[in-house]
Amino acid sequence: MTTLVRLRPTTPPRRPGRIAILGAPNSGKTTLFNALTGHRAKAGNYPGVTVDRREGDLQRRFGADGVRLVDLPGVYSLEPQSEDETVAVRVLEGGFGEAPPDGVVVVVDATTIERGLPLLAEAAGLGLPVCVALTMIDELKARHGEIDPKELQDELGVPVVGVVGNRGLGIDDLGALVSSPWDWTPGPGLLHGAEAKTPEDRFGWARDVLGACRRQAPEPNRWTRRLDRFLLHPAIGSAVFLVFVGFFFQAIFTWATPAMDFLSGLMDGLADQILATLPDTAFTRLLADGVIRGVGAVIVFLPQIVLLFTVILFLEACGYMARAAFVVDRVMGWVGLEGRCFIALLSSYACAVPGIMATRTIPSPRDRLTTILVAPFATCSARLPVYILLIAAFIPADPVLGPFTWQGLTLTGLYFLGTGAALLSAAVFKRGLLRGATLPFYLELPPYRLPRPSDIALGVWDRAKLFLRRAGTIILAASVILWFLLNLPRRPADPQLSVTENQRAVLEGSYAASAGRLLEPVFAPMDFDWRINVGLVASQAAREVMVATLAQIYAHEGEDGEGLGVLLAGSGEGGAPPLLSRASALALLVYFAFAMQCMSTLAVIRRETGGWRWPAFTFAYMNGLAWLSAWLTFVLASAAGA
Amino acid sequence: MDRTLADVADASDGRLLEIAGVTGTGADSRRLREIGFCAGAPVRFIRRAPLGDPAMYELRGALLSLRRSEARRIRVHRAGA
Repeated sequence: MTTLVRLRPTTPPRRPGRIAILGAPNSGKTTLFNALTGHRAKAGNYPGVTVDRREGDLQRRFGADGVRLVDLPGVYSLEPQSEDETVAVRVLEGGFGEAPPDGVVVVVDATTIERGLPLLAEAAGLGLPVCVALTMIDELKARHGEIDPKELQDELGVPVVGVVGNRGLGIDDLGALVSSPWDWTPGPGLLHGAEAKTPEDRFGWARDVLGACRRQAPEPNRWTRRLDRFLLHPAIGSAVFLVFVGFFFQAIFTWATPAMDFLSGLMDGLADQILATLPDTAFTRLLADGVIRGVGAVIVFLPQIVLLFTVILFLEACGYMARAAFVVDRVMGWVGLEGRCFIALLSSYACAVPGIMATRTIPSPRDRLTTILVAPFATCSARLPVYILLIAAFIPADPVLGPFTWQGLTLTGLYFLGTGAALLSAAVFKRGLLRGATLPFYLELPPYRLPRPSDIALGVWDRAKLFLRRAGTIILAASVILWFLLNLPRRPADPQLSVTENQRAVLEGSYAASAGRLLEPVFAPMDFDWRINVGLVASQAAREVMVATLAQIYAHEGEDGEGLGVLLAGSGEGGAPPLLSRASALALLVYFAFAMQCMSTLAVIRRETGGWRWPAFTFAYMNGLAWLSAWLTFVLASAAGA
Repeated sequence: MDRTLADVADASDGRLLEIAGVTGTGADSRRLREIGFCAGAPVRFIRRAPLGDPAMYELRGALLSLRRSEARRIRVHRAGA
């Protein structure tokens, strides 16, 4: 009990370099960071929403220049168990090749102050100068609670500022405060807490501090209780949850369509315009077919990404996302996962990349890794163009029952296939490869709050930027490389042949065609021809490249007005023969449902797992499963006479 | 009398309970204590999830969800009993 708290040298530097902002999830930390920096980070209500470390400069209007603020991930304690917590602790201890911060602003939610003070004690125990930002004081008052920041300050010795982050109250005081961390001298009260060794000691200390402060605990949040009674009701709650999932899919697949059609028309128009105006050189074709159409095939997903994140961020910020995790936790428990994994998987239906990034809020490393490994099975939006092309070409639009058609049922079936594969693989991994003791599952259910539109808009913008960067790099590179592979080696044009026949000759002699033929033994059991194989190789970069590739391969085939689908399925009586039988098309659909064909996902798995081992494993097991299932589908469909 | 309930997983009404301790050692039990399930703290059962598990508890002014398996580790007795 005699450990001395090391204080840093008291000679004041000319100005503070870095100030870290530390606090529990949902303490209002990110909103505070936004207000101080003017450069906004995402603010949400789902525990652990601040997964990336964010930095920003203190606004000049607070009177200090060159103060850098670091927004740490939300943590409950400085004994890290999740990735988020590890990051926070490493920053505070001077990890990542940087010096420790010059001071720490500990953000404490005034409505749950008893839970926030132990973190302050731990931070003070590191020997760093600390001060306290007391958030949600308006909510505390509304719930008839009371605490006097001045009294708390006297008790602790370090500055305590009451703030209402989203209304800017107290922000000026806090802004002025953070430029002079050398003045934050802990009093005996805080030093006592800093020496506490166990959680019990720290919570006991927090009680003592609050007891000395004439604090009035708030009444329960009535609105939250009332809404929970409805939204978590045994029957109504489950129905609300199902409506929520339905709404989610409706949003990303139906409502985004007009904007997606518009973008796709824009890209096609641009490519046609380039072909029509520029001289017909190889460069023009590279620009139009390779760059514009290739990248355009991905850009069209932007409306979907924007809509998806608007929905996700809104639900996170208003508090429902944590409830959704609470409702579905039992189901996730059956496959050995927990409620938070569900949120990550749900995001993966738009794109596995943000879904995998969202796993950082999962405290158990095993659950997190399992979720990462199965997330790519979720039917991401990149599979959709392939599904739509193949289904429209090969599956009859005949009604089955009521409004349902074979086409619709096939699409639904593919979604179930992906979901089933994800859950089954998770169960297998948790029972085998990743078996082991589980961490306790706990989830904080924040009060319902009305989110600020600007916080959501900025969060959506961050994600959209990330997506566009991917389109501008990986997809662009893949499209250009593919174009060269499809058009090289060059061969002199044969004057006896038509332009189309010459282009076909180039294609059939291209490097890509050689690669496609090389793969014929692998995909022969499903009766895929070399052109499909070229598409499969190209779609290793990104699934939607399949459509772009087939479009490039068939750019010179077919009569006017004949869509790609007609070319694939044949034009019927006396027309062009089909490229694929229906059995092969079904096999191809199943292959896409299971295969790991996405460079970005592999890259993000590498980044999140810190090596090539897990991306290599994911690649191998998913593609292995895809091949087997595709073959099985082909055999069964052929036997059934498809 | 019936001063001791076995653990907080047995709670099914909104009565205020007092935590007697967390069973087990190691990281699991430590984490439960760190989030506030320490001896002496009052805790209250609020509701179960629609599928019966996990359950929501009120602890130190916050709402927390625990699965039955974790709730089993938190020993409680009736507050003021």
